[in-house]
Amino acid sequence: MAELAIETAGLVKTYGDTRAVDGIDLAIARGGVHGFLGPNGAGKTTAIRMLATLIRPDAGEARVLGYDIRTQSDEVRSRVALTGQFASVDEDLTGAENLRLIAKLYGFTPKAAMRRSAELLEAFGLAEAADRQVKKYSGGMRRRIDIAASIVVTPDLLFLDEPTTGLDPRSRNEVWDIIRAMVAYGTTVMLTTQYLDEADQLADKISVIDNGKIIAEGTATELKASVGSGMLHVRVMHRADREAAREILLRELHVEVDTPADPQALTASIEDRGRVTRALTELDAAGIGLAQFSLGQPTLDEVFLSLTGKPAEATEEEAA
Amino acid sequence: MTTDETTASAETTTAPAPQASAIAHALASSERPARPSALSTSVTFGWRALLKIKHVPEQLFDVTVFPVIMTLLFTYLFGGAIAGSVSAYIAYIAPGVLVQSVLFITMYTGTTLRTDIDKGVFDRFRSLPIWRPSPLVGMLLGDAVRFIVASIVTSIVCLAIGWRPAGGVVGVVLGVALLLVFAFSLGWIWTFLSLILRTPGSIMGVASFVLMPLLFGSNIFVDPATMPGWLQAWVNVNPVSDLVTGVRALMNGEQIGSELAITLGWSAALVAVFGSLTMWKYRDPR
Repeated sequence: MAELAIETAGLVKTYGDTRAVDGIDLAIARGGVHGFLGPNGAGKTTAIRMLATLIRPDAGEARVLGYDIRTQSDEVRSRVALTGQFASVDEDLTGAENLRLIAKLYGFTPKAAMRRSAELLEAFGLAEAADRQVKKYSGGMRRRIDIAASIVVTPDLLFLDEPTTGLDPRSRNEVWDIIRAMVAYGTTVMLTTQYLDEADQLADKISVIDNGKIIAEGTATELKASVGSGMLHVRVMHRADREAAREILLRELHVEVDTPADPQALTASIEDRGRVTRALTELDAAGIGLAQFSLGQPTLDEVFLSLTGKPAEATEEEAA
Repeated sequence: MTTDETTASAETTTAPAPQASAIAHALASSERPARPSALSTSVTFGWRALLKIKHVPEQLFDVTVFPVIMTLLFTYLFGGAIAGSVSAYIAYIAPGVLVQSVLFITMYTGTTLRTDIDKGVFDRFRSLPIWRPSPLVGMLLGDAVRFIVASIVTSIVCLAIGWRPAGGVVGVVLGVALLLVFAFSLGWIWTFLSLILRTPGSIMGVASFVLMPLLFGSNIFVDPATMPGWLQAWVNVNPVSDLVTGVRALMNGEQIGSELAITLGWSAALVAVFGSLTMWKYRDPR
């Protein structure tokens, strides 16, 4: 497939004085997951809503699956599906009724709509909740019915707007499994998220967005490389050992080692994970007892700090 | 790998979990039917409105209780003063109070739509490859059911306190039909308001402000001949007055005059103007 899934040039959406999306250029290949990573209010949702033809751009060009979002919005709509940040199903209706409604709107006969709805409810583990109103569903079930509604007719491209925000870890894993199953089938997924680990788990490529602009792009590995591999957190058993431990870390890691307020703790931002193992061996050889020795993933905050020089923070509510 | 893990976890836990293999199968087995007609999708949205009434029957409260209170209140409050007695007034007021009840509850169309938009379900509808106005048309079709309920309730109350329409069942049904056409058209003002105003409360406020002069500055309650000239001038251009005169004629079994054409003309104009404004706003709502 020569055509890109999404191609934009200078996409802009303005709300009053706020440039919610401020000139975005994207070239996203078909297949796999593309992550849109950024804090609240960065413009992720606004960008996705433009691409799904829900709102019109103020400037710029965009083609989705080869179709112009302004002039060929009908073609775009018949090939993409959107699962919004808030439940995009009718909470007053039951799960089964919601799926039948969508199926009928796609032109299924009542009988075929019933069959499709039952099939999807079964696949998403919602068969038992089929006749319950969606407002009585748990957060995880709600997300699943939402995604099921998006694949009543299998889309070529699926937009998922923060699919796991507010979910417990188990439900989050279930949603991740669903996304992986869809990607394995061949659907292209565009995912927005505030969590670096989610983008890391799912996305083949990530665009980091802040204040309506894309500030970095690449694979998770590439982005992390730009930040360093992560933060090393060490706590010595006895505070008297801290200075000795610090010297060993300085020698082995070749990076700055900070001494936080906690008199037993040391932290270091590291670039080469390989050195960490050696540092641990050396600490052990020196007979320094350790209460904690952990290497953390760089967080979204650390990525943002490195990319923008300021921490990621919700500047304002994401424009609707 | 993923498939095996998911299946395994589905077996070891009691709560049902999504299954990757079944999802893959569901993706592969999807059909893509021909695009349905505008009428078909609108009717499907009407079906949605009926399902909502089934699940939340409380929403029929306003269309049942409100008309009863209106009818009883106005008939007994004004009956003696205006026409000498309740039984003399009921023939005049019944068609009018019917119009008032139904037109008043049309404004709930706007608040319902605003709630829908705020919940995100409209994003789903707007992202579907369907005739764009169909969610709104379907909603108004579903509301027609509520309007019919209100009409039936009002008619029964009026009949119970002595209303005997000369037009019989046919006349009453024709009168209600004309009323429904106008109510459907008026609904587009509220859909437009719901797209430009942010909260259900503000829609109610503006809608009441629009409805008050339309409903009370009309010939619903009293003969305009008793009014001062400036008010008569307004009542005479008020489309609700023509509607009420038309409905009265049909229900009383009299020949309907120019009011029929005027009412249908107003209806067409409302749909043309506010339907277009609604769809213009609907394409790119805030």
